[in-house]
Amino acid sequence: MQRPLPEPDADSAPFWEACGRHELRVQRCGDCGARRHPPRPLCPHCQSARVEWERLSGRGEVYSWVVAHPPVLPAFQERVPFAVVLVALAEDPGLRLLGNLLDCEPGDVRIGLAVEVGFEELVDGVTLPQWRPVERVG
Amino acid sequence: MKRAAAIVGIGHTEFSKDLGRPERTAALEAICAALDEAGIAPAEVDGLVRFDMENTSEVEIAQSLGLEALRFFGEIGYGGGAGCATVGHAAMAIAAGRASVVVCWRARNRSSGGRPWARTGMRVGGEFQFSAPYGLVRPVDQVAMVARRHMHEYGTKSEHFGAVAVACRKHAARNPHALMRDPMTLEDHQASRLVSEPLRKLDCCLETDGALACVVVSAERARDVKTRPAWVLAASQGLGREQSVMTNYYAPRFLETPSTTAARDLFAQAGIGPGDVDVGQFYDAFTPLVTLSLEEYGFCKPGEGGPFAEGGRLEWPDGELPVNTSGGGLSEAYVHGFNLILEGVRQVRGSSTSQVEGAEISLVTSGAGVPTSALLLARA
Repeated sequence: MQRPLPEPDADSAPFWEACGRHELRVQRCGDCGARRHPPRPLCPHCQSARVEWERLSGRGEVYSWVVAHPPVLPAFQERVPFAVVLVALAEDPGLRLLGNLLDCEPGDVRIGLAVEVGFEELVDGVTLPQWRPVERVG
Repeated sequence: MKRAAAIVGIGHTEFSKDLGRPERTAALEAICAALDEAGIAPAEVDGLVRFDMENTSEVEIAQSLGLEALRFFGEIGYGGGAGCATVGHAAMAIAAGRASVVVCWRARNRSSGGRPWARTGMRVGGEFQFSAPYGLVRPVDQVAMVARRHMHEYGTKSEHFGAVAVACRKHAARNPHALMRDPMTLEDHQASRLVSEPLRKLDCCLETDGALACVVVSAERARDVKTRPAWVLAASQGLGREQSVMTNYYAPRFLETPSTTAARDLFAQAGIGPGDVDVGQFYDAFTPLVTLSLEEYGFCKPGEGGPFAEGGRLEWPDGELPVNTSGGGLSEAYVHGFNLILEGVRQVRGSSTSQVEGAEISLVTSGAGVPTSALLLARA
């Protein structure tokens, strides 16, 4: 059972293409330099449409998290209970990305946990950024 | 717009796990009941405002009501954020002279019709493309993420959320229309199964079939109705900086929901403060939305929504601020919060089953966590 896959649009396609190369990139304003995520057409600070895609270290820490219990989508049934984490990125803690926390029991997740990005290749050439603890936990 | 319009009729179907009739039929039943209560003939209706998620169109309603000349109609987006705004837009249309009798409604077979999240497609676009692939698709997961951070920053506890559920159940037990009337204790809440940690089953609203409607009229038309009007003292909408729909995770102020913006404008319009509110109906798809709203609408300081919910403070008759006095979405019925509007009206009429004595000002809020809206109603 396949999980829902992202449907890239004009603004988000470069994000997913970078994931395919195992690079975590976010939009950076070509004028004022402010980073933003999720991708969107204009910089919310200066309304510039000029955009660069900055490669980030892929380091961050857990900002918040949930553990999903049944009922869930059929595609996730075998994984329950599973954690979804919101990660604040090291370069800019105001930037937050979601993902699953891999290699970590749900009971060991905590806010502030240092994590790093990994890439999970799915069907149809889709690659998702995912997260793992930097140091072994539990 | 202050007191330019009033809600003069309310109506609803029974609430059920399986209503056994189409949403369209239920919508018309609720609308006719609301008009009948006010003593207003369907032919007088010249405006309709609906949720954009509503499955029944203005055209279908107008056809069945035999409307001669519908001159104002509109739709409000964002699911549970829309309720109060339907009344707000109706009141604006009336204040602007664009309509004089406007019907607002919500009909939803959310129980028998299934869970929207269970129909998540194989490809997901928009902002959910960054959440759905990880299995974060249920509203409960989306809200749990905010609740967890609030617990971390302020020490909010699951028991605080439980206090909200217990208050709603206590009020539902007095309301013959409520679906869940069996007593519930904090222990029951804590013993209920985890759905999305930190949230439990009893932090979640019901899944209900049902329809509700209200009739909003001009001050002039309100002079000649069969009911005691509930004045629209203020109506607001809100969306703050870089906020999102449900996965409101990327804005600079993480624990601020669109309610902050709606609250500021609401009280500014009315020229009153939270201390003037006698009773509140807070959108309660999930208990943390209530504790957050208590903060954002100014009943306590940021971070104190959890402790504020304790000690029976939200419970009728002795609590400082009785909330969701018909049982709310948690225990009466979950129809995208429209039952909260009807209960807000009852409180300023003096006809609630958990009536706050002498209630003059009633607050109603729509969904926090989505672009939202709110109402202040005043006793006539």
